[in-house]
Amino acid sequence: MNAGPPPVPVRRRRRVPPPLVRLAGWLAAGALLTVLTSTAEGTPTDHLLVLREAFGSTALLWWLAAAGVLWAVLEVWRARDAGPALARQTAGVRAGWQRIAERPLNRRLFLLAAAVAAIVLPRFAGEFYQRVLVDQVAVFVLLAVGLNVVVGWAGLLDLGYVAFFAIGAYTCAFFTRALPVKPPFALNPFVILPIAVAVCLVAGLLLGAPTLRLRGDYLAIVTLGFHEIVQLFLVNKDTWTGGNQGAGGIPHFSIHLDGVHYAWGLDSLPYWYLFIGMLAVVLFLFSRLEHSKVGRAWTAVREDEVAAAATGVPTVRYKLMAFAIGASVSGLSGVLYASRIGYINPASFPVVLSISVLSYVIFGGMGSLIGVVVGAALLTFLPAVFQEQELVRQEDIPIWIGGILVVMMIFRSQGLIPSRRRRRELGLAAQGIADADAMSESPEGRT
Amino acid sequence: MATAADAPHRGEPPAGPLLAVRGVTLRFGGLTSLNRVDLTADRGEILAVIGPNGAGKTSLFNCLTGVYTPQEGTIAFAPPTAERPVHLVGGPARRRRGRKPHVVNRAGIARTFQNIRLFAALSAYENVKVAAETRQRTGPVGAMLRLPHARANERSSDAATSALLDFTGLLAVADETASSLPYGVQRRLEIARALATEPALLLLDEPAAGTNPTEKRELEQLIRRINGDLGVTVLLIEHDMRLVMSVADRVTVLNFGRVIAEGRPAEVQRDPAVVEAYLGTPGPDEGPEEEP
Repeated sequence: MNAGPPPVPVRRRRRVPPPLVRLAGWLAAGALLTVLTSTAEGTPTDHLLVLREAFGSTALLWWLAAAGVLWAVLEVWRARDAGPALARQTAGVRAGWQRIAERPLNRRLFLLAAAVAAIVLPRFAGEFYQRVLVDQVAVFVLLAVGLNVVVGWAGLLDLGYVAFFAIGAYTCAFFTRALPVKPPFALNPFVILPIAVAVCLVAGLLLGAPTLRLRGDYLAIVTLGFHEIVQLFLVNKDTWTGGNQGAGGIPHFSIHLDGVHYAWGLDSLPYWYLFIGMLAVVLFLFSRLEHSKVGRAWTAVREDEVAAAATGVPTVRYKLMAFAIGASVSGLSGVLYASRIGYINPASFPVVLSISVLSYVIFGGMGSLIGVVVGAALLTFLPAVFQEQELVRQEDIPIWIGGILVVMMIFRSQGLIPSRRRRRELGLAAQGIADADAMSESPEGRT
Repeated sequence: MATAADAPHRGEPPAGPLLAVRGVTLRFGGLTSLNRVDLTADRGEILAVIGPNGAGKTSLFNCLTGVYTPQEGTIAFAPPTAERPVHLVGGPARRRRGRKPHVVNRAGIARTFQNIRLFAALSAYENVKVAAETRQRTGPVGAMLRLPHARANERSSDAATSALLDFTGLLAVADETASSLPYGVQRRLEIARALATEPALLLLDEPAAGTNPTEKRELEQLIRRINGDLGVTVLLIEHDMRLVMSVADRVTVLNFGRVIAEGRPAEVQRDPAVVEAYLGTPGPDEGPEEEP
């Protein structure tokens, strides 16, 4: 017999195979979604009750089944290494599509088709969808296009963007004598449009001038504070703004020229055409701006502020310009919105709205006009569709949008339809060459 | 000290030096980065600033370009277009606030960076064009409406950009993304971008760092052509002694923030203070090139 000590048994911790870990993750996500999206006896805030009710419900089974199926598909996908294979197989098709999309004539045709669709299709939509198109899609697309200038082109994080929207709306209310403090005359909303644009331009300059020397996170905090200030002013200065009651009876748009009389009313379709008309003008001007001296200077500032200043770009002035131009589009949208709805109060402009608009911009593709338009349109229209079809409850919509954004940032961080410049930037960052984060502090000190 | 007669290039009227740095002192808290530095760049010359690591060369550049404002001293710049010298720092009015970098650039000083700082997402062409456009007056309204003057400006900056890319031999890569270019090409692109702002004085911060021998030779020729063909005065920070000795008209040596020697390359090379700064004194202290 061997006299030595008995060999110590090697205790090896049995590792759970990764696929099972992933399955657990998917099932947990399914269960979580069940709880989050279900109400028990109308009290969605009582989580324990919801939890008890949710277990044993058929909804849970459905969610778990869906999670399981998704897991199985992904495991097969992974095992077969299908991702790269698919990428290889579709490379030719994608390159071909790229060629088609890049050709100027095709671009024009595409724009024409989009314009025709935007003009014709809403005629055949139901009343509900027409209302969604105007009150949600059009308003937010316009807002997103404006915010894109600030965030996408100049690389400034603006979390108080909706404050300018509110300023535009209240400007409209003021000049139509809907506020407690009244001007001696009432103006047609059409006349107010340029006034509101100017007011927001000035407001943007006033906010920007002292703060745009800040960078990244600091600027975001300041803009957040600016939004709070505007909202508190609207609530507290009730002798001017009507306080929480807000302002009602804002008249609709109307034209009274020689022989031409037309008034926009409660009908959605005329407002839709008004909105997309404005949007078309803004898009036309902005697409020129993007590929002009100004657009290039913004990109330079976003890419490297120190280098931009050393190349003679007055960085603060260009940042201010982006801020003011973005704000003015927001004001434009505010006038349209106020006149369309006819009633505004401070609660119409919560901070969350700024975050939503920002998420539409990010979803669509920062810096890409088409991407931002499509992104904002999808994220405002689809929830309404799902809601109408009673697939999703209204309270759950932010969860879904949040979920979509998370998935989007993991798998396609450049957004739905990224701009060419942004695509380059992120492509380089992925290779570790450059820095994709436009907000990061530059190492060379102040500019 | 060398005089303007050493500068072989232009026959410009002797209206004083192009750049006069007098007694510039820059401190970061207790650390004195530049200590009463005097530096003179005459019109049309190539002046090299050399010195061990941490000697204050890049700090000097940052003072010249308005990134840092020195606590003491004056910097006067007299471009051919200006009637009187522009006081970048100090001057008669004792303005302690230095000029902003973009103002310095408009006055006629352009620079490159030690660690290349191109606009990564823009193409090589756009990188140069941004610089070529900065003096134009096109505003957002002009750009949006494509007013006549905006279009004329666009054409002139396009022409200037193409000419400069041709001058620096970068026309072939004009449409490439800046950061996808090889290192040496990026260095040249940075020089092209700096030249696009039509400077009277070009500051090159270690342009040969990280380039291969072929690229170094090309760079040497490029610097000579910038100086000779374009008539731009060049101020060069460089570690590569062979390049400095062959290309520079004069050399200023910095060590621990002080000017320790100045003169023609061959003289400076023999200067005992310079030899000591670079090789160290044989003694207990063996790490002479470190920042204190």
